[in-house]
Amino acid sequence: MLSKRIIACLDVRDGKVVKGVNFEGLRDAGDPAALARRYNVEGIDEVVILDVTATIESRQARAHTIAAVAAEIFLPLTVGGGIRTEEDAAAAIEAGADKVSLNTAALSDPNLITTLAKRYGSQAVIVAIDAKTGRAGLQSRPRYEVFARSGQSVANRDAVEWAREATDRGAGEILLTSIDRDGTKAGFDCEMTAAVSDAVNIPVIASGGAGTFQHFADVFTTGHADAALAASIFHFN
Amino acid sequence: MIALVDYGAGNLASVRKALNAIGANTWTPTVAGELGRAHGIIVPGVGHFDSTKALTDEWRTAIKTMVDDGVPLLGICVGLQWLFDGSEEAPGAEGFSIFEGRCFNLATSKPQNLKTSKPLKVPHVGWNSLAINRASRLMAGVKDGSQVYFTHSYAAPVIDDTAAICEYGVPFSAAVERDQVSAVQFHPEKSSDVGLHILSNWLNLSRRSSGGAKADAV
Repeated sequence: MLSKRIIACLDVRDGKVVKGVNFEGLRDAGDPAALARRYNVEGIDEVVILDVTATIESRQARAHTIAAVAAEIFLPLTVGGGIRTEEDAAAAIEAGADKVSLNTAALSDPNLITTLAKRYGSQAVIVAIDAKTGRAGLQSRPRYEVFARSGQSVANRDAVEWAREATDRGAGEILLTSIDRDGTKAGFDCEMTAAVSDAVNIPVIASGGAGTFQHFADVFTTGHADAALAASIFHFN
Repeated sequence: MIALVDYGAGNLASVRKALNAIGANTWTPTVAGELGRAHGIIVPGVGHFDSTKALTDEWRTAIKTMVDDGVPLLGICVGLQWLFDGSEEAPGAEGFSIFEGRCFNLATSKPQNLKTSKPLKVPHVGWNSLAINRASRLMAGVKDGSQVYFTHSYAAPVIDDTAAICEYGVPFSAAVERDQVSAVQFHPEKSSDVGLHILSNWLNLSRRSSGGAKADAV
């Protein structure tokens, strides 16, 4: 039987692991390779590197971090943050990533999803969606407002609709992050996760809010998640 | 030396790193003629079946010659699928036809969770368990039920040469072996200790094939 996956996320800035709350107030959490080494021993199923300030960090610096982490683990490795072009994705994969995660670039150029899926296969293309729960309208469910640029700008998309489109365009997995829960350790947004997971036929990784073992159990059962990603709970234990 | 065959879509870095970790030297031949010095050949893959078209007749002939000479060949993921007759993913691309059968899209078999009858998601991504089907050198010492990492949308049918089966709504070949040719649908290079154990088993085959004196050079 297919197991539910626990994924450790390394938010990297300038070659260091950092972590904030609600996407803000980043603090230092250590060396990416050292943390990855620990995860490899502790039985984590996958590792994600998110370059949270990729806008100013060069592709070479990112490749260096990817290679350093990849050298420590024999686990699936995803790289996201600043993957804007086919060349960025190719560089990340050449440096040792198995999958790339697209966020802002997929919103502004959805064709990139298809281009990468054709070149590397859908399993190598994750579309990351950062969303906040909006007010419930006349419809039965609230709108899940999608944000681009690390939560800085409204994308004018609903997460469920965008996840469907990303799937149709060739995404292999959806990484769904609740901005409201990010770094809070208050539990995953199970309602939003279930809404997205039920709407698509590809795996959905829940992210944002992991604090306890029960939170993972909750997001796998009531949240219908196929995998859950966490950072704070692993870094600051 | 182990030849890692690059056809433009595989994740060579991970495979290279895992092989280095268990003591093997690798290189990526740029022309088929270089394969002659390989003690073992790996066709890795994370990609679209269509990209295997880059394995032209020249490469196929070179690989075939080496395998006939007793050099072990390992296919990983799309590399396994390529060793079958072909795949629904790219009907125009011919497989290497070492193993019989065509690879099928997991989605068209409408896989369902046996308990809940809910449709299973495709691609099949994550850690799933192996059912050992028969004894093989590749899977020697791997316990029934061991978990390994899969990420794929297409799968090969279960055949006589299937060494291990995985089930995702439907059973498919997780590992196949016949004589010098082995292949795995999962990613041993991403499957932690179990995966490194399987790669070591294969590496031992290549050490044997290269003979005692040359073994140190592998």
